[in-house]
Amino acid sequence: MPAKRIIPALDINNGRVVKCVKFENMRDAGDPVERAAYYDQAGADELVFLDITASHERRGIIADLAAQVTEEAFIPFTVGGGLKTTDEMRAILAAGADKIFINTSAFENPPLIAEGAAQFGVQCIVVAIDAKQRGANSWEVYLHGGRTPTKVDAVEWAAKVEELGAGEILLTSMDGDGTQAGYDLELTRAVAEAVNIPVIASGGAGNIDHIYDALTVGKAEAALVASIVHYGKYTIRQIKEELHERGVEVRL
Amino acid sequence: MRSEDGESSIATTSCLLLSILYFLAPILFFSLCPLCLCGELKIMITIVDCGINNLRSAQKAFEHLGFATHVTRQPEEVAAAQKIVLPGVGAFGAAMKSLRDAGLIEPIVDGITAGKPFLGICLAMQLLFDWSEELGLHAGLGVVSGKVTKLPETPGLKIPHMGWSALHFPRSTKLFANVTPGSMVYFVHSYHATPDEPEVVAATCCHGLEFVAAVERDNLMAVQFHPEKSSVVGMQILDNFARL
Repeated sequence: MPAKRIIPALDINNGRVVKCVKFENMRDAGDPVERAAYYDQAGADELVFLDITASHERRGIIADLAAQVTEEAFIPFTVGGGLKTTDEMRAILAAGADKIFINTSAFENPPLIAEGAAQFGVQCIVVAIDAKQRGANSWEVYLHGGRTPTKVDAVEWAAKVEELGAGEILLTSMDGDGTQAGYDLELTRAVAEAVNIPVIASGGAGNIDHIYDALTVGKAEAALVASIVHYGKYTIRQIKEELHERGVEVRL
Repeated sequence: MRSEDGESSIATTSCLLLSILYFLAPILFFSLCPLCLCGELKIMITIVDCGINNLRSAQKAFEHLGFATHVTRQPEEVAAAQKIVLPGVGAFGAAMKSLRDAGLIEPIVDGITAGKPFLGICLAMQLLFDWSEELGLHAGLGVVSGKVTKLPETPGLKIPHMGWSALHFPRSTKLFANVTPGSMVYFVHSYHATPDEPEVVAATCCHGLEFVAAVERDNLMAVQFHPEKSSVVGMQILDNFARL
């Protein structure tokens, strides 16, 4: 069994990290390449870049980003945000990214998952799912960055994307996102038990207990972290050392 | 008069010499400069582009370590290489076909036989073996005797084996100098190679079974994982290879 992974997530707008924070030993915390190199050195297992650029030039910008990250960070990374075609995926993967993720386009055009898997391999295709609780043990898939409800059950959609050829699921709890009150463990566990591909838990990490719970009770293979590492509350190393002490296998 | 003549002739000669120097200096400078550069960058790592893989990561990793790289799919350039790196992602049969079509099999095998340092990454490690069962039976380069088979289905374990796993070293090797046993590296694969001669094994890893994660035989080295994506440990391994 591979080690459980800690994955910092970076939101990118026009080629810049959106949340500007103070980092020691970093000249420009808004530079995604510098941030990527920092997290590689800090012990992150992977990186996820979510591109939120709205302009027409965005396609070129994210391929450039992937190319630059490849020059400075030597850990796997995933790029996504608004990708709609296999040509867009190819440009990012050829630039040096290891995986791409798709969300709304996978839902609106499910064959895109299979096409991507056939062309680049299942290991390259991550499907991101944004889910919101609608009752006991029931979560609904939302699209367009959480603005559009679909009435579709998140656990059923997760099983479907695996069937279509997704290699991994990036599962975000919209209820937990930004709250720092902990991952939605029921949602994470329900999805992880419904599929045989790795699930990355996202949304709600506020402390190391939350991460520990997602990787054990929630059965996730990886935990996405944002604010708790970006704002310097914990270092990646602190998180991993504590997980290791509590018996979770991590790369130290 | 005489002395004046003499002075003027000296002036003319030195003027002539200066102007010759003036024209020759840039030529001398530029003709010598590449020699200096060659002296500086003694090691050139030739990365073989077999057409279907993403080799940019491996190239950038070597460059980050300060080594010069040259990416090519020209057989004569591979034949002239000092050190050969063959990265590989994709299916076994397609990769062999791509190498064959580009006329790259001979310079690669000759280079290995001639004792040039060679590093195969991921699929390229598998290509060194006699055959693979991936999507039908396919012959490999046969430089290492043995076979490539699918990782066994094991309850609770996923295929492809993807992620960070620990390396174990049955012996000390050049490739893993200064790498601590138990160090984790990044894997993405569904098949694994089994050499007929266990003495070539340089590292093993576990995923459902103990499989061979690296081989080393004299100048020939290959790894099943991705050193170019394995952070500090991976960079140490690439540095070890580049400095051979």
